[in-house]
Amino acid sequence: MIDNPLYVAVLDGDARGARSAVEQALAAGADPQDLVSSFMIPAMDEVGKRFDEGEYFVPELLISARAMKSGMELLRPLLAETGAKPVGTVVVGTVRGDLHDIGKNLVASMLEGGGFKVIDLGVDVGPDKFTAAITEHHPDIVAMSALLTTTMPGMKATIDELTRAGIRDTVKVMIGGAPVTKRYAMEIGADAFSESASGAVREAKSLLNA
Amino acid sequence: MNNRVISMAGLAVASVEELVFGHAPHPVKCGNGLTIGAGRVVPEINFTLPPVEISPSTWPEIELQYTEMMTAVCERAVDLGAPELLVEFETLPPMTVDPSLGASITSLLASILHTVQDRHGIRSALRLTPNDTRDHRRPPLMRSGDYWENMVRLFSSAAGAGADLLAIESTGGKEIHDEALMNADLEGIVYALGILAPRDMEFLWRHMVQICHDTGIVASGDTACGFANTAMALASQRMIPKVLAALVRVASVPRGLIAFQQGAIGPSKDCAYEGPYFKAIAGVPISMEGRSAACAHLSPLGNIPMATCDCWSNESVQNVRLLSAQAPVVSVDQLVFDCRLLNQASLDGRDGALLLRKWLENSDALLDPQAYILKAEIVLSIAARIVEQPTPYLQTRAALIAAIDALTKGVHSGELVLSAVELHWLNRLESQAMLLTEDEEKFTAQMVEKFKDSPYIASEYGL
Repeated sequence: MIDNPLYVAVLDGDARGARSAVEQALAAGADPQDLVSSFMIPAMDEVGKRFDEGEYFVPELLISARAMKSGMELLRPLLAETGAKPVGTVVVGTVRGDLHDIGKNLVASMLEGGGFKVIDLGVDVGPDKFTAAITEHHPDIVAMSALLTTTMPGMKATIDELTRAGIRDTVKVMIGGAPVTKRYAMEIGADAFSESASGAVREAKSLLNA
Repeated sequence: MNNRVISMAGLAVASVEELVFGHAPHPVKCGNGLTIGAGRVVPEINFTLPPVEISPSTWPEIELQYTEMMTAVCERAVDLGAPELLVEFETLPPMTVDPSLGASITSLLASILHTVQDRHGIRSALRLTPNDTRDHRRPPLMRSGDYWENMVRLFSSAAGAGADLLAIESTGGKEIHDEALMNADLEGIVYALGILAPRDMEFLWRHMVQICHDTGIVASGDTACGFANTAMALASQRMIPKVLAALVRVASVPRGLIAFQQGAIGPSKDCAYEGPYFKAIAGVPISMEGRSAACAHLSPLGNIPMATCDCWSNESVQNVRLLSAQAPVVSVDQLVFDCRLLNQASLDGRDGALLLRKWLENSDALLDPQAYILKAEIVLSIAARIVEQPTPYLQTRAALIAAIDALTKGVHSGELVLSAVELHWLNRLESQAMLLTEDEEKFTAQMVEKFKDSPYIASEYGL
């Protein structure tokens, strides 16, 4: 536990409190980047830890993520001015033919809470859309989700398309979803696999050595 | 939609002793001499493809796989001397988007089943479950557009292709429910299940029942798979509290009843774990799944669903090779033996069946609230509270309050064990439930405003 009102507000999922704490800290001359790295991200790390230990469920996690987002709305313009960057950028989407998005949305929220910039392409995303998004946004990671065994081949098709387009080496590929396994990830040439949303954040940070 | 009074006045099942496997107040006759709910539990087998892309180039292989699965499953059922068999063909989404594909596989399966019927005299039927593909478009058009029209085409071609029963896993209201579930937002869940879903169910099932009536097949039932099973899966992954998943299960009952109000007669879908409530209220036979469905998904409901089932199902299994045989054969093997046990217990009379029911219930109910709310006595107590209410919204609200009450009493009596974290959540959810107004009009107006920026089209629900 860190004895700081911003840390506590994010941990407790108090969006109004987080915003207020940021305002007060900035008024007192705090460094925006320091607020993020010293209080907000550690608070989200603690939320993730409590989730992993079974003390928190996703609703608490989402409420904390919203509190962080509330504070970040004030900080983001200031961070942009100083050239501060997110932990990394991740393009996420559910693969072609698959409309399941609960898991994908959760991963996106968790990544945002972990300090990543997330570009969410939605559901039923074909290889061409992933490729176009990578070309446009230059992410560090592309994260694909599938719930159906019949749509899993869309992951390999996307990796093949990235290779064909000559951009496979510019981005790390992470996959997940109920029927997806680590072995499948290895078979299709993905760089990482996670069976949970919180695990996805850890994998993403590991991929970037963050 | 009119806020109609539920057509089932009171409970169809009069006592706890009558809510038992194999027996439903209103049995269903279907297919080739098959009767469901008239005293015997019937195995219901479902199977699906291993990972494969569905395309013109893979279609011959897909047809071959379905042929092999159906043939092998029927052969095993015959070898085991199974007197009855229900087969469910749940299409893969591309087979509903292009209904000719769904009809083609239905026809293929029916042809094999008819051959087995003729040769071996097994009483059997084929249930066709098209996908609810309307949410392929986001936000979904619920009452028009290509996806809806192709669903109707597959409904209409079901009988001609050889299906005996029609079912669906409908998703109206899921646009709101998914987000509300992840946020444990009970009023959002009630808006989805108590306001939006019933309106869609009435529209959808009016069409399905009419088509079944016109083509001479059975309009069977729906499931809250996209709602309550999503909650169950999330709870099993420790993403949401188990008590929330239990409440969502009970809150999905009024939604499911709409199908029967519109004229569906059962059996309800296998993955509708809320089925015992349908049997208690509407008197329809129900299909259930439990440990037999571990091939498809894990759940805390292994034995207790069997306690009240009329069909016993495996949910679905991929056509992969196991040590003994292909997985669909293994599944039908397990189902047939399970049904033998249930039917043997019934042959011992009511006492035998009730003793087995008690064991099936008590082996699960203590350990998980989702199991506890499926105990026959709990089902009947909550069902009684549901049927007192005149509209789906008020029924949903009543179901939640009654379920919270039942879970709390279960914990106090020692019949249910909840962790401290789960107890904390039960209290949080009770606080939310107590804020649900009895004024449906006011609630609806509040929710329309609350979710005005959400990815759904209120007018698609007649709002």
